[in-house]
Amino acid sequence: MLSVKGLHTHYGKIHALKGVDLEIRESEIVTLIGSNGAGKSTLLNTIIGIIPSSGGKVFFNEEEITNMPPHAIVKKRICMSPEGREVFPQLTVQENLRLGAYAIKDKKFIKGSFENVYSLFPRLKERTKQTAGTLSGGEQQMLAIGRALMSDPKLLLLDEPSLGLAPNLVLMIFKLIADINKQGVTILLIEQNANMALSIADRAYVLETGTIVLSGDAKELSKNDAVRKAYLGNT
Amino acid sequence: MYPGMQQKKLMFWRYMFNGLAVGMAYALVAVGYSLVFGILRLINFSHGATYTFGAHVVLFFIGYQTNIWLALSASVLFTGILAVGTNKFALEPLRKKKSPPIASLITTIGVSYIIQNLLMVFMGSERKSFPNMLDIPKLDLSGLPITEPQFFLFTISFALFIILTLIVHKTSIGLAMRAVEQNTKAAHLMGINVNQVITFTFFLGGASAAIAGVLMAGYYQLVYPTMGFLIGMKAFTAAILGGIGVMHGAFAGGLIVGLAESFASGYIGGTYRDAFAFIILIIILIIKPTGLFGKKTITKV
Ligand SMILES: Nc1ncnc2c1ncn2[C@@H]1O[C@H](COP(=O)(O)OP(=O)(O)OP(=O)(O)O)[C@@H](O)[C@H]1O
Ligand SMILES: [Mg+2]
Repeated sequence: MLSVKGLHTHYGKIHALKGVDLEIRESEIVTLIGSNGAGKSTLLNTIIGIIPSSGGKVFFNEEEITNMPPHAIVKKRICMSPEGREVFPQLTVQENLRLGAYAIKDKKFIKGSFENVYSLFPRLKERTKQTAGTLSGGEQQMLAIGRALMSDPKLLLLDEPSLGLAPNLVLMIFKLIADINKQGVTILLIEQNANMALSIADRAYVLETGTIVLSGDAKELSKNDAVRKAYLGNT
Repeated sequence: MYPGMQQKKLMFWRYMFNGLAVGMAYALVAVGYSLVFGILRLINFSHGATYTFGAHVVLFFIGYQTNIWLALSASVLFTGILAVGTNKFALEPLRKKKSPPIASLITTIGVSYIIQNLLMVFMGSERKSFPNMLDIPKLDLSGLPITEPQFFLFTISFALFIILTLIVHKTSIGLAMRAVEQNTKAAHLMGINVNQVITFTFFLGGASAAIAGVLMAGYYQLVYPTMGFLIGMKAFTAAILGGIGVMHGAFAGGLIVGLAESFASGYIGGTYRDAFAFIILIIILIIKPTGLFGKKTITKV
């Protein structure tokens, strides 16, 4: 469904991605793990067109989308919940969600999306008129994910959805990711919490300083000694 | 009641209505600063010249005996395009190169002089009389301290202000404008074509400046290439004063500046009129640096 081939990204002189190869098949959950500064967010931002790539190619369903503007990529139903939530602070929950479906004109479709997101996140339904800036961190995270679901994405990119959440909320978010995947959404998940990520993912990639160093079946990777040592905090 | 008392009251209301009428036009121009600032964190100093351009386009078409409504529509269209062009050809290239904000600021000042200069070349630099063009039904305002031109200046500016507010707060493109304003990165992720939103914002600013320009030209019955300079500064003052980036900030700021200068010139003397807007600006900024309704976080870029 998504295939990334030899992707390079520069920030000025900083070479953040050094030829990344990655494949995602339809209806998979793929997780990308790696330490801080490895280039995980850079990879997602480059895929969705926010940061220009300096080499390599990205294909979505066989169509090349390299360096297309983000609004054109989002139209192809690739959506992203960015690192740090990035909600619109002075807009209401409802307006934030409405913007998630900005590219869609069909009113019925939008109504259905609202119902779907509110059933996934009842907390948001109770707060439709509250401005996003006044939501708690966990609620903002729900809003960011909900917003990304509004246009019924085929591929959902999640950048650290559990960041800064209490353990019970983390569990809830992971359960939700699995549920969303069961609704037929393919997912690329970035997580600091590698244990959890590997437990719900089908496959995983390990990124180190801009290069993929390991990849394979999630269950197998979670047994890999090097991975356990570096990312799972046990030996 | 003594006749003297009566006279004093009448004068008070005259200053009041004059201030409200002119102030409402300031508010309309202030919105243009506010909208562009909201989206780009840029003070667009070419806005005053854009306003001047709008008035001149109407003058040009009237010279060819064009119907006034046609002339007005042409002005709105061409002035909107001028504003969009300013962004496309002068500002967008700077943003693409990630130039420092000051480069864009200077560019808008440069554009302002280019527009002014071209108007001088093609339309002449002298003051030209502008027809009292709006062929509107006579109102019976006798005995009231408001004149017909004041009434129309206020009402039309107010109506346009409401329309602009509705566009920003009730339409889909308005929602996109507010999204870009608050978080440009997230706006991209929503599938918003950010460049298109910026273009639309400049068009809206240009179009409203054109109408304000024509209204004010009609009010003073005067048109000249530097007419936008002072009003541009005053409207900018109004926008800052009310809190730039906020619609009701522009509204309040415009009225305050208009009223203040009307009362000041009435009671203190006409020579102080133009200084007054800026005196108020300084006082308010000392008390509340973000302006009356300004948001706390203004630095972004
Ligand atoms: N806007 C930027 N300008 C310059 N360098 C950047 C920028 N954004 C990221 N980098 C650099 O690129 C590298 C990769 O950053 P990135 O944010 O992709 O890492 P990450 O894997 O997502 O890390 P984390 O787990 O901390 O979120 C880092 O060295 C970072 O300093
Ligand atoms: Mg990151």
